[in-house]
Formats: sequence, structure tokens, C-alpha cells
Amino acid sequence: MDTKAFQKIYTKITQITKATCSLRASGIGYDELAVVNGKLAQVVKIIRDTVTLQVFGGTEGIPTNAEVTFLGKSPTIKVSEDLAGRFFNAYGEPIDGGPAIEGEEREIGGPSVNPVRRKQPSELIATGIAGIDLNNTLVSGQKIPFFADPDQPFNQVMAMVALRAKTDKIILGGMGLTNDDYLFYKNVFDNAGTLDRIISFVNTTDNPPVERLLVPDMALTAAEYFAVDKNETVLVLLTDMTLYADALSIVSNRMDQIPSKDSMPGSLYSDLAKIYEKAVQFPEGGSITIIAVTTLSGGDITHAIPDNTGYITEGQLFLRRDSDIGKVIVDPFRSLSRLKQLVIGKKTREDHPQVMNAAVRLYADAANAKTKLENGFDLTDYDQRSLDFAKDYSNKLLAIDVNIDIDEMLTTGWSLFNKHFKPEEVGIKQDLVDKYWPK
Amino acid sequence: MSTKGKVKGIIANLVVVEADGPVSQNEICFIITGGTKLMAEVIKISGISTYVQVFESTRGVKIDSDVEFAGHLLEVTLGPGLLSKNYDGLQNDLDKMKDVFLKRGEYTHPLDPGKKWSFKPLVRPGDKVEAASWIGEVQENAMPHKIMIPFSLKGNFTIKNIVEAGDYTIEDTIATIVDNESKEIKISMSQKWPVKVPITNFKEKPRPFRLLETGVRTMDTLNPIVEGGTGFIPGPFGAGKTVLQHAISKQAEADIVIVAACGERANEVVEIFTEFPELEDVRTGRKLMERTTIIANTSNMPVAAREASVYTAMTIAEYYRSMGLKVLMLADSTSRWAQALREMSNRLEELPGPDAFPMDLPAVISSFYARAGFVYLNNGETGSITFLGTVSPAGGNLKEPVTESTKKAARCFYALAQQRADSKRYPAVDPIDSYSKYLEYPEFTEFVSNIISENWIDLVNEAKTILQRGKEVYEQINILGDDGVPVDYHITYWKSEIIDFVILQQDAFDKIDQSTPIERQQYMLEHVLNICNSEFSFDSFTEVDSYFKRIINTYKQMNYSDFKSEKFNKFEKELQNIVNERVVAETQISVE
Repeated sequence: MDTKAFQKIYTKITQITKATCSLRASGIGYDELAVVNGKLAQVVKIIRDTVTLQVFGGTEGIPTNAEVTFLGKSPTIKVSEDLAGRFFNAYGEPIDGGPAIEGEEREIGGPSVNPVRRKQPSELIATGIAGIDLNNTLVSGQKIPFFADPDQPFNQVMAMVALRAKTDKIILGGMGLTNDDYLFYKNVFDNAGTLDRIISFVNTTDNPPVERLLVPDMALTAAEYFAVDKNETVLVLLTDMTLYADALSIVSNRMDQIPSKDSMPGSLYSDLAKIYEKAVQFPEGGSITIIAVTTLSGGDITHAIPDNTGYITEGQLFLRRDSDIGKVIVDPFRSLSRLKQLVIGKKTREDHPQVMNAAVRLYADAANAKTKLENGFDLTDYDQRSLDFAKDYSNKLLAIDVNIDIDEMLTTGWSLFNKHFKPEEVGIKQDLVDKYWPK
Repeated sequence: MSTKGKVKGIIANLVVVEADGPVSQNEICFIITGGTKLMAEVIKISGISTYVQVFESTRGVKIDSDVEFAGHLLEVTLGPGLLSKNYDGLQNDLDKMKDVFLKRGEYTHPLDPGKKWSFKPLVRPGDKVEAASWIGEVQENAMPHKIMIPFSLKGNFTIKNIVEAGDYTIEDTIATIVDNESKEIKISMSQKWPVKVPITNFKEKPRPFRLLETGVRTMDTLNPIVEGGTGFIPGPFGAGKTVLQHAISKQAEADIVIVAACGERANEVVEIFTEFPELEDVRTGRKLMERTTIIANTSNMPVAAREASVYTAMTIAEYYRSMGLKVLMLADSTSRWAQALREMSNRLEELPGPDAFPMDLPAVISSFYARAGFVYLNNGETGSITFLGTVSPAGGNLKEPVTESTKKAARCFYALAQQRADSKRYPAVDPIDSYSKYLEYPEFTEFVSNIISENWIDLVNEAKTILQRGKEVYEQINILGDDGVPVDYHITYWKSEIIDFVILQQDAFDKIDQSTPIERQQYMLEHVLNICNSEFSFDSFTEVDSYFKRIINTYKQMNYSDFKSEKFNKFEKELQNIVNERVVAETQISVE
């Protein structure tokens, strides 16, 4: 960051922690940026003439006589059409060797959309994956995370979803991405020949963790530019939000805040909501859809991070390895898309809701039968049939390698019902049974 | 001269101010930064420092910025025009803000000052009045809206003069009253009231006893809520809290619906914005939005305003209750409100209670729930606020501070179970853990025996017993295995499943099934109990499952048909035939 001639330079730091430093200064605005010894920092607390700065790059090597200059503005990004196809770091600086972006400078983390200026989401986003399209249909303007253990192929699934979804722009916000995963995304986007509609803001594990805090706001401010100014449909991918939350807790810990559940800051819910609520459908046609990744530890969704996320997002997608078929499936029990009601049976065929529910209910019966089996009890004929159904259902619909359109998914559903059950066991409205039950 | 001050510290939305004069707790002040005024509320005073929580982002606020104290608490403006409005937590009219993004420091008038209302006086000069007396009436969306003497006036007054029937704005003087010392007070159609102070201008607050129909069977039949009652819906995410609350708001028998979307998803509020203006209110034939006010403080809007939003909503509810109306207030979610309290308490560096929530959380919650209730007004009329709040327990664990505090305050408990949600048994209200204390009220028993039937409470308890028994038997079957228990156990289990599938489960997205009038609920409960009380004979347990599945399937088709329509009757006959296949003759009771 360049300093300007008229700026006052402070050289006396009074306190340094791992993530913050304090000094005496006056005329400083809250949230303002500063440069400490060449590292970017932001004001997080002012008490009288003592200003506390959060140093994004970490405070390693900062001396008490470090030069501190204030920039008189909060973090910004320059927006223009030139963003497309580029890779940036957490500060919005190019990391692909290309030139700096010329354009309008905008503050990141701007205000919320007035709720009455939003439109109810109603455009289906098809992915071809039946575990998503059939059971947990995605809608533009939605925000939904993958809840996944670190060993699951969430980055692959997310990249697949991103490429199949028909959106004008895809913005990747990578937080604590391993270099390998970063290269994976770069590769996939390159090979798909879609690089010109992709913008990436990446903080890899090589970079300091506190920098991550800037990534979602950078990505979403760019998204707002395309969705509001250009009326484009934008898909934002945020991975991994758990590492983002960890960075929040580092900072709040250094500021001596009282932690709440799981050593997370008490404001975790609001902090996450500020990001996810940027997902929006505008009446003029532009939209921001957010697909995020929240990694779990051992599948525990009661941890503060997935728990708060679940209350904010419009559903969640769970991946699970199904040992019966040896493939990764989208778990129909724990996954949910809250906005699917807006499109299923409306933008899709009328039998969609009932086929979806009936299949999941029968799959639940199979789970009960499995418990029985594991406990060493005899199975009834119905139990056996539901187990057979479950296997077919996993293979033909839930597995993530399925790629068919929604009508075909429904037809597959009916044929599985027919193969394993009688109509009265399926419990679907009679009119629909009459119309769609395979004769 | 009003008190002024200077900013001396900033930590997120907590600002420390040094004031040059007297300030009071919860007083409103404005921080002036770059030409914009940011509204804030005093939350702590310590020596020369006044701690204020700012209702907006504090970005760019500087040390020594000017602060102006307003001399009053956080207030709402009450008057005709509140209905159909979409407010933020501070009662700013969101529709009056033209930008796509909310602008910091933009405050808009909650009512329509220029609009003329057709006023009809209800009193004459010389009449004695007091605070909350009805002195006139206007039609607000075809709803009689009473114009009242301001709640803040104490003592007795006499009407000196009142305007003729005609069109007036909310700011016009419509009456002049005099107190005992002949001091004159001018009255207009609007008044202000501090949100954190309950409006208590009523004669008496008895125990509530009138059933409030919601059309949701698992509530009305099993665990009813009453006019003026309180209830809460805790549940992990994805269990269907919001869908259930929306269903109640659409269907409940209330004159006025106040929805406080408190720290929840913006798209859920948009759903209300989109649907309510379209949905028809079956009782009046008008649009649902015409009797609804929405307070939207979504999760990305400033935290301090989130805390204010539930109070703003409750004050508006109390205003309509004072007009003798039945108000239904919904808050989704009270946990977000509690979290807003936690965030502030944390910044104030108060010693934390359990899970870092403030120590006085139980007291704050119970005094809020206490503002609901059924009242006899001073003029003998009745009014009520029925309050239903959702709770979002962290990790779905009901032993967390917000759930536990709420459990002490609310009388109805609708526990949403993850297990039911996972198997798509919606609404996922657990029939065994949930309760309604009103079932124990003798005044409620008397009320329902008059409007439904003499033995209604007995039937409800019978259904609950069957559900309980079914659950016990199910556990035994799971332990001992299908053939390890007598066939009777299977029958008992499946009878409870009939109640579960036919009465408890309800399709919120089906036009017919989504709302069931109490008459139909009575018919179906009696119908189902008849079957549950019949004896069936089977040779082996393997026949039981498929037989009862047929019964349930036929019942579901009935639920999807118009009540007593040809289709309904056809399925009912079909059901009778299925029953006849297996029922033991001497126990057979005609279900027609």
C-alpha cells in the first residue's frame, strides 16, 4: 500500500498481540484502514485516544516503533467488467500476473438490501444431480452450504454445480484453501473454457488467517456490482466458512472478548448472517446465489459454526458415503433446501413434491429395517422390499455421479415405486397415482 | 436545552459518550457523523461515561463526534395507517425508502401524515374520558380503528369539544379535553408510546379461556392455544418452525396479525411480503395483508434494532388490543433477540451467565411474554394478544438458556422434533413432549364443551393416551423384535400411527389439507377414535402393517378432499369396507 505525503505517520505502538496492535492517535474513524509496517490493518476499537488495529497479515515482526499511517477509508475494491476472468488475493490485488483493475472504488461490507426491494426467488437452478434437483432443489437468490467432513469431495461437487448452473458470473471466495484445491478450481474452470465468467478471491493456507476475513466481503461486493449494476445472475462459492469463523474467533480472542459456545464470539450469528444475507433476487433480474462449504468435525452439526449457519442459510446439503453402493450420495434425511417449495411442482412437473416425499419416507422405512437387521431381527417382506428400494434409490438417484434432467428423475422415481411397492404403500395422492404409476 | 455530548470510544456498535447534562437510561440519542444522524439508545451510565448502543453501522464514526440526546425513550407512533405496513425494527416505513440498499441514518415516517381518514366521533362534549377511552372511529382497511385518548395521560378528563364527522389527517386536532384543573389538551389521531413500557390501560386481565382456532390440527385438537395465550415453538433448524408459524399467521382466527421477523432470513420476510397481499382472508373476503403489520429486522440488519423490533411489534399489538380486537403476534425468532442482548452484554463486559447470555435473560423474557394476554377493557369490551414465539436452540438442545427461560414464561410448548422432521412427518410437533397448559383450565374445558362437544377434552386425552401407548409399544417392538411381541402390540402401535398420520400430520402446501376448521377436526378425531376403539383380528403380525397402511392411505385421501364432498364420502365408504374386513363384529361401531 502506498502512503501519501500529507498523511501523519505514527511511530509509537503501545500494545501488540498476535492479531492486533494499539497506539495513540486522533481523528481516526471506526473501521478505517491503516498500514502498520507495510501490513494492512483495520480499526476495531477506539477508546479515547487509543486505537486498536486488527493486522490482517499477523503481527509477526512488528516493532514498537513501526510506522503506522491511516488511509482515511475502510476496505474497498475497484469494480468493473474487467474483474471477469481474474484471480485476486484477499485485498483484491491481482495474483495472476495481470494488471490492476481500473474502475469505481467501492467500500466492501456495504449496507443490506431493503427487504421490500427484494423479489421472492423463483428461478430453478438445475444441476443434474438428483440428490439436489429432486430432493433439495436450488433456487436463484438462495444461500446454502455443504455440510461436509474434510475428507468428502465437496470441492468437486461444488465445482460441478457451478459449471452446470447457468449463471452469468461465478465468483469464488476461497478461505484457507489449500494450494492443491486452489489449483483444482483453477484447472476445472480453465478446462471448462469458462474462465471469462469466473472471478476468484483466494486466501490459501499459505496466507495469514486473519486476511480471510476480507474474502467474503470482497467476493460479495463484486457480486453486487454484477447483480445490481449489470442485472446479471451471479453464483458465489464460499469455501471454507469454518475457517472464516475460526479467524473471527482468533480476533475476538485477542481482543479479550468473552467467548460464547465453542469459543466462538457471541456475535457469530450476526457476523455470518451479514455474509449469507447478501444472497438476493432483484426484481430487475439480477441475483446473487451463495453456495458455501462448512466443514464439520466428525459430522457434528451441533458445533456453533454449523449450528449458526443452519439457522441462517436456506437449507444445507449433506454428503455421505453410502457403504451399500460404495458411492457418495446426497443424504436425503439431513439435506434440505428451504426454497424448493417455490419451484417444485410449479416450475417442475406437478408430481415432483409427492414423488420426492414418498421416496424419502420409503427410504426412512429402509433405514428402520436396516436397524432391525443390525439388531438381529427377522425382516418382514415389506422390510426386505424397502431395503431393495433403498439400494436402487441410492444408485439411480442419490449418488452424486447422476446427471439427468428433472423429468427423468421423476420417471425413475415412479419406476422404482412400481418395482418395489404397491400404490397404497407409497401414499401418494390418488390422482397422481392414476396418471403416473407405470402401467 | 437538551443534553449534548461527544463520542469518546467505539467498539463495533457500542459507543461511549461523555454528556454535558442529565441523561436517562434507555434515552434515545443521535450521533452525528459526516452529516448523518445515527440513532442510538443509552444502555449503561457509569461516571462520566454514557454507553449507547447504535442502531446502525458505526463505520467512520470518530472520537469527538457530536451527540444529541433526544430527551425521550425509544418510541413508536400509533394511529390509523399501521396496518399493511412493512416496518424495520425502529418502525421506519421500509416502503418509503426508495434505494435498493438501506441507507444509514435514513428514518422515515411510520404513518401517512397527509392522508385523510373519515372520522366519526363516539363521544360528545361534556363526556368524561380517561386514557385509552374511545372517542372516535375511522375505517382502516375496513377494520374499525378506534381513536383513543393518549395512553400517557393520567387522571380524568372532560371532552370540551370534538370535531364533526369528516375527513381529517392524523395530525389534525380532532378534540380538546380539559383536566380537573381546567387545563386544555389537544388530541389528534396519533400518539407516541415508549416501546419498552407495557400499555396497561385496561380493567382486568383474567386467565384466558377462549379457544383460538388455527386450523393446524396438532395444535387445535391436541394442544390448543387460546385467545390471549402464550406459546413457543422450539426446534432445530430445518424442523419447520417458520412454515408452521406462517401457517398459523394465515389461518388463525384473529382480527389483526403482527409479525415480527426478528433476526431471521430476509427471503422469509419476502415470502410474507409476496404472499400476504395475495392471500384471501376466508372470513372477510379481503386480503390478508390488510389486517397485518410486519416488523422486519432481518439477520443482516443492525443488531441493536433487532432487540428493539420485538418491543415495537408488541407495542403495536397492545395498541390494537386496546381497541377491543383479537391480535395475534408472532415473533421469529426470540433466540435472535436473546443473542442481540448477548452481543451487547458482551461488549459491555458484563459478567456472563450460562452460554455467555446476560444474567437477567429469564427476567427479560418472562416480562415480555407477560405483555400478551386477554383483557377486559375499561368500557367492558374484551381484547387479546395471543403471542407465539419461535426459539432456535443452539445445536437443537432444549436445555439451553433461551429455551429454558421461555419454558417458564409460555403456557404452550410445541416441541419440534428432528426425528419427525427427518422422516418428513410435518408439522414436526412432537405429540408427547408438547403440551398446552390451557387443557387444564376449567374455564377452557367449559368453553370447548359449549362450542365443540361435552366430551371433547376426554377425546383429546384419549388420543394422547393412544399416542403415548403407541410410542411405548414401538420401543418394545424395537427391543424384542416383530415376532417377539404379541400381535396386539402391533395393532396398538398402528392405531397410534393412524392418529399420527391422519390427525397430526398435515400438508401445509395442499390447498385443502393446510387448514382444518374445528368442526372437521372434531369429525375426524371422533372417526379415528372409533377405529382405535374397535378390535381387529389378525393371525400374524405380518398382516398388520399392510392392512393399517391401507387404512391410513384412505384417510389421507379423505384429508385431501373437501369436507363431506362426494369424493370425501367415497373414500369414507371405502374406509368402512376396509375396516369391515378385519374388525371383530361385536366391537364394530358404525363410523358413519
